[in-house]
Amino acid sequence: MKRVLETKEVPGQSPNYLLAKAQHLIDWAVNASRANSLWPMPFGTACCAIEFMATAASRYDFARFGMERQAFSPRQADVLICAGRLPFKLAPVIRRIYDQMPQPKWVISMGACASTGGIFDNYAMVQGIDTIVPVDVYVPGCPPRPEGLLYGVLLLHKKIKGESLFDHAQRRDEQPLDERGLRLPPEQIDEISEPFGNSIHQFRSG
Amino acid sequence: MSKRTIAVELATPGLDPQGRPARIPLEAGVGALERYGEPDAGEHMLINIGPQHPATHGVLRLVVELDGETVVRVIPHVGYLHSGFEKLGEYRHYNQIIPLTDRTDYLSPMANNVGFALAAEQLMGIEITPRCTVLRVIACEMSRIISHMVWLGTTSIDLGAFTPFLWAFQERERIYNLQEMWTGARLTTSVTRVGGMMADVTDDFVAGLRQFVDTYPKTLHEIDRVLTRNAVWVGRTQGVGVMTAQEAVNYSLSGPMLRASGVPYDMRRDKPYLAYDSYEFDVPVGEHGDVYDRYLVRLEECHQSNRILRQALERLPDGPLNIGDPRLILPPKSRAMSDMEAMIYHFKQVMEGVKAPVGEAYVGIENPKGELGTYLVSDGTAKPVRWRIRPPSFINLAALPKMAEGHLLSDLIAINASVDIVMGEVDR
Amino acid sequence: MNPSAEALRGTFAGAIGRAVESCGDTIVYVDRAALLDVMAWLRDTPGQQYDYLVDVTAVEYRDRERSLEVVYNLRSLERRTDLRVKVELDPRGDLAIDSVVPLWQGADWLEREVFDMFGVTFRGHPDLRRILMWETYAEGYPLRKDFPLRGRFSRAEQVRQALNANPEAHYSMEELSIAEAYDELPPDMRERLRRGERGKIPDSE
Repeated sequence: MKRVLETKEVPGQSPNYLLAKAQHLIDWAVNASRANSLWPMPFGTACCAIEFMATAASRYDFARFGMERQAFSPRQADVLICAGRLPFKLAPVIRRIYDQMPQPKWVISMGACASTGGIFDNYAMVQGIDTIVPVDVYVPGCPPRPEGLLYGVLLLHKKIKGESLFDHAQRRDEQPLDERGLRLPPEQIDEISEPFGNSIHQFRSG
Repeated sequence: MSKRTIAVELATPGLDPQGRPARIPLEAGVGALERYGEPDAGEHMLINIGPQHPATHGVLRLVVELDGETVVRVIPHVGYLHSGFEKLGEYRHYNQIIPLTDRTDYLSPMANNVGFALAAEQLMGIEITPRCTVLRVIACEMSRIISHMVWLGTTSIDLGAFTPFLWAFQERERIYNLQEMWTGARLTTSVTRVGGMMADVTDDFVAGLRQFVDTYPKTLHEIDRVLTRNAVWVGRTQGVGVMTAQEAVNYSLSGPMLRASGVPYDMRRDKPYLAYDSYEFDVPVGEHGDVYDRYLVRLEECHQSNRILRQALERLPDGPLNIGDPRLILPPKSRAMSDMEAMIYHFKQVMEGVKAPVGEAYVGIENPKGELGTYLVSDGTAKPVRWRIRPPSFINLAALPKMAEGHLLSDLIAINASVDIVMGEVDR
Repeated sequence: MNPSAEALRGTFAGAIGRAVESCGDTIVYVDRAALLDVMAWLRDTPGQQYDYLVDVTAVEYRDRERSLEVVYNLRSLERRTDLRVKVELDPRGDLAIDSVVPLWQGADWLEREVFDMFGVTFRGHPDLRRILMWETYAEGYPLRKDFPLRGRFSRAEQVRQALNANPEAHYSMEELSIAEAYDELPPDMRERLRRGERGKIPDSE
């Protein structure tokens, strides 16, 4: 089909014009269907999970954005919503859940703790889930309001609509852990986890 | 509490000679144990539930050993949400700890704020103003209502009813609006300060709360009508997860769990704080100590909270909100910006914190989940040596293996739901 | 001052240390050897009836000379009174103390938590394992004062250890009644039990 399209000359247009047009059309159809029927996998741990539930309940109702079906099994989910803080003890769990999700998959990091560790800069807490799984949308707030989460979902829609089946540079492939069992190089994890803001002032005295 | 009028058909076969609930064989009939004898240990099966499972109310992990469908042993694994709160508290001023308390039991943040503030005030010997006392009662009871609403909603989902969840969350949204009106935040309120409150309530808030108090019982009655006499609900909750009064005391259960087992102990009545003894309210007590009684106790507590809120609104006195001592409590922002002296106090408190005298204080308050204790030890500096939370749902959850033993796997879900855990507090 | 303090001194004499009052609560210091007797006496003697164990925790002070204290909050539900019992331990010495689980089942998890956070071992505890941190947590006891807030290892090392942990671990053979039937189990289950970090295999294997 590709050859047929390429050989058909259209005056004044690049020979790939029709191919590009067709790809664009396919991408548009695929992405629109993906974006508008996201099945979220709520990985709710802490306070943000309560706001997540509020978002799912009647007043905010994210079913309006195509998220009617919540997939409580990662194997039938499109988007992992990590709602709440993530201690180290839970890190292998979220990684396994992420690995079990089929492609294409996206991750929303909901709340300050999931995105950066938040106020918990201590021995127990992962300083941002992006050291464990790749993240597409960060929703700030402690916890984010339901409107914030909905905005994050809409941003994800936008991102999905920019992806392409034909250009893999715009899509993220499966990223397995490296041989050390890490997603990022250790220096980068240390850099991401560096104390910032108020947490550089944590002293016991005074 | 009203007497139950429903005949118990689906109860457990009672207790075995050792006093444990007898196992229900798959045929679920009394006498099957004798007919078939003890099952083979080799046929047991291990099932792992959680840490990511919608019916575990967070990141609880249960390793269940099953004989057929009967639970032989439950081993809860907690700690998946351990966030090091108590360690962080050693690095914070007393007022800086209050935002942390929001995030322990995030279903009733305002009550946690109150619990911590009361302990810090006892440590420093501070007497709060009458208006502040009444406002804190309002905060506590609002928290009780939203926490019990979440419990009702999620438990009914666990047992297969979706509608009460939507009703309960609608009521929560109304309280969230009120909390937002008062504190600016829906969930993480940080409403108290040591020696006062972060903000006074407006007339709109009082009017809104009054309207809520008037209309909210309607939803409660609706939930009552749907669940209390519902055959499925009754069948799945009555006689399930029984704790006797002695066991409940021995396991240090508290809150609705303790009262459902027939121990009439309520911190509000028996160790009054915030002048709770001057309010008129009843303490609902169960008779059987099963999941159904816990449901009845919590439902009735919602009504009683409503009663207390009504009385608190009646008596809300005028007058100052915070204590007068400028060394202990921040001056109003407008004064800190215009008055030199107030600015100095502001600066000192923010930079150095308020020093507490050497000593220690334990204050327990009746949180929706049970007794929330705050134990503070001070060595005379502005940061506590030890901030200990007595986590009610952690201690209640410890009785889960005892309660679930011998029940069906599906009952385990009901029992686990009836404990009313919130993992932020279990793991801290 | 709670009269129980005097009564304790009358009964146990030398085993009772000082009794102080702080913010309205009475604190009685008890010798660690006598702890279990004192607790049983407090629980069962008519007139004391401290039948409800509110909390078990521990305190370590910033002052390194001060001892680590294990704190028991007791309550009499009937008499509506509280009593706090403390046992002093040397933080650099042997942190062992008798478990009160034989008296109160509710102490089970509380003592495990103290063990997890402070490293105090409870003799006679039925199942003394870490509870909040994972089994193989190698950095120490988080609530001790010499434990840094952000842990002992670098963040990258912490992430590495966490990601390499086996999320299926923690099946502990000791707590499963299935352990006796180990040889009859299907192979996949045996394998799973073996992979558990604490899965101690019976000698026959």
